[in-house]
Amino acid sequence: MSDRVAIVGVGWSGFRPKTPDLSYKELMYEAAVRAYADAGVDPRRDVDSFVTVAEDFIEGTSIFDEYVPDQLGAALKPVHTITGDGLHGLATGVMLIRSGIARVVVVEGHSKASNLLTPDTILAYAQDPVLNRPLRLNTHFVAGMEMHRYLYESGTTREQCAAVVVKNRRNALRNPLAAYGADLSLEEVLFGPPLAWPLGKRETAATTDGAIVMVLAAEEVARALRQDPIWIRGIGWCNDSPSLESREWGNLPYIQEAAQMAYQQAGLRDPWNEVDVAEIDDTYAYKELQTLEALGFCGYGEAGSLLESGAFDLDGELPVNPSGGSLGVGHMLDATGLMRTLEAVFQLRGEAGAHQVEGAEVALVQSWRGVPTTSGAVAILSN
Amino acid sequence: MTVRFKQFPGVSLSEEDFRQGKVLYQMDELKAEYAWDSGIAIGAYLAGLKRGVILGVRCSHCRKVVVPPRTVCEWCFRPMEEYVELPDTGTVNTFSLCYITWDMRRISEPEIPAVIHLDGTSELGPSSVIMGGILHKLGEVDPKEVHIGMRVQAVWKPAAERTGAITDILYFKPIR
Repeated sequence: MSDRVAIVGVGWSGFRPKTPDLSYKELMYEAAVRAYADAGVDPRRDVDSFVTVAEDFIEGTSIFDEYVPDQLGAALKPVHTITGDGLHGLATGVMLIRSGIARVVVVEGHSKASNLLTPDTILAYAQDPVLNRPLRLNTHFVAGMEMHRYLYESGTTREQCAAVVVKNRRNALRNPLAAYGADLSLEEVLFGPPLAWPLGKRETAATTDGAIVMVLAAEEVARALRQDPIWIRGIGWCNDSPSLESREWGNLPYIQEAAQMAYQQAGLRDPWNEVDVAEIDDTYAYKELQTLEALGFCGYGEAGSLLESGAFDLDGELPVNPSGGSLGVGHMLDATGLMRTLEAVFQLRGEAGAHQVEGAEVALVQSWRGVPTTSGAVAILSN
Repeated sequence: MTVRFKQFPGVSLSEEDFRQGKVLYQMDELKAEYAWDSGIAIGAYLAGLKRGVILGVRCSHCRKVVVPPRTVCEWCFRPMEEYVELPDTGTVNTFSLCYITWDMRRISEPEIPAVIHLDGTSELGPSSVIMGGILHKLGEVDPKEVHIGMRVQAVWKPAAERTGAITDILYFKPIR
């Protein structure tokens, strides 16, 4: 049994808005080959268990576990699919190793968002079928309402939310994996097309295709495999009451709880001073600010002015979403948590290139399953 | 149909019964549309079917020949790139007589899904855990005559009607 779990290999493929040249299986295979080469493992010989994250409604295939093994080298091996975000998959990998069931675990997440021809219908199917869905509202309304209440309670401004878009899409220009790099002005974001007021369309992440594979290992295996394993020091997850009628719209208590769970495992007391880089939810621009506060980086309503002071810039006190986040890289559906973890691994290995945060030693990764959910997870990684 | 079931009892509920409110329920129709990029291997397979050819792929590492083609050998995890044209004949490995349709109607003349082990592909055995099989339907055959080990051949749609889909093969029929 092992107490410490490390990420010993990462692989990716796609990271483009459309990938018509590859099937989802081939996308996964490309990412897997990279990850296994990076880790120096043979999946047929060395990997004990495989975990993928996928939502059947998004795949268009029921019981998606069945379509996973071949392209990961997992045929006739323990495999299961989790209907959750990539961080939930990572948490499962950690549990498999810490429980002693496996020493090497592979976690996979992918997005073939371009093949989803009716994404808003699928999103609507996350609404309560009896109480909410018959109202026939586009599910982005949930983000509009959450943003409105958050601005109302916290005093955060629309300008501050728009500034998140400007920062993240500029960061994306430095990231060769990011599909949506852009040099936008605050006005271009603020006066762009509306989506669900006060939320604008340019404050909403567009989707992208891609696959990410990670190899996790118990400490003794990790040390044998490489000099620079990235340690998963803490991982927590939490769900609030899903009801739209009764939830706390201005705050993210489930992110607070998930963070406490991760911080406790990691022995982290002062996130502002102990975390060097954060990759967190920015599916909608306001979420980045609301989430920073829920994670305890600053007080409620303080993230907006910190952002304006440059604290979250690439060269700021706490660089947030140096990859460009979902706004800059593109939203990868349930692979999003792994997309952020991939960036954290690059940062902690010093392999992030033009968007490298100097001397990053501790990274925080957070993810949310999107509207209308209150499902989130947080991980603390270190080198 | 079988010795004990000569006909089904009662009347089956139809979609119309639901539509007419004879059965109480909460209704919501999922209008979801998906595409599946066929990619390199299945893309080649479908293009092959369009020109009337069944393509398989050979693993240069374990020498298995499988159908449909894939880019990775699931057994040795090596890339598979050596495409081979296969004959459209094979042997029934297993089959079923299916008395219910895709959309849940009972039928007394069964459909016959079958796995056909294509000639020229790998067999299950000590050297391979993967068979070169194709899942399709059998036609032009009396259900009572079908048996495991039966030799069959593909019946193709006319070339002009083929679209690059698994249905470009209409069914497999016995070789007489």
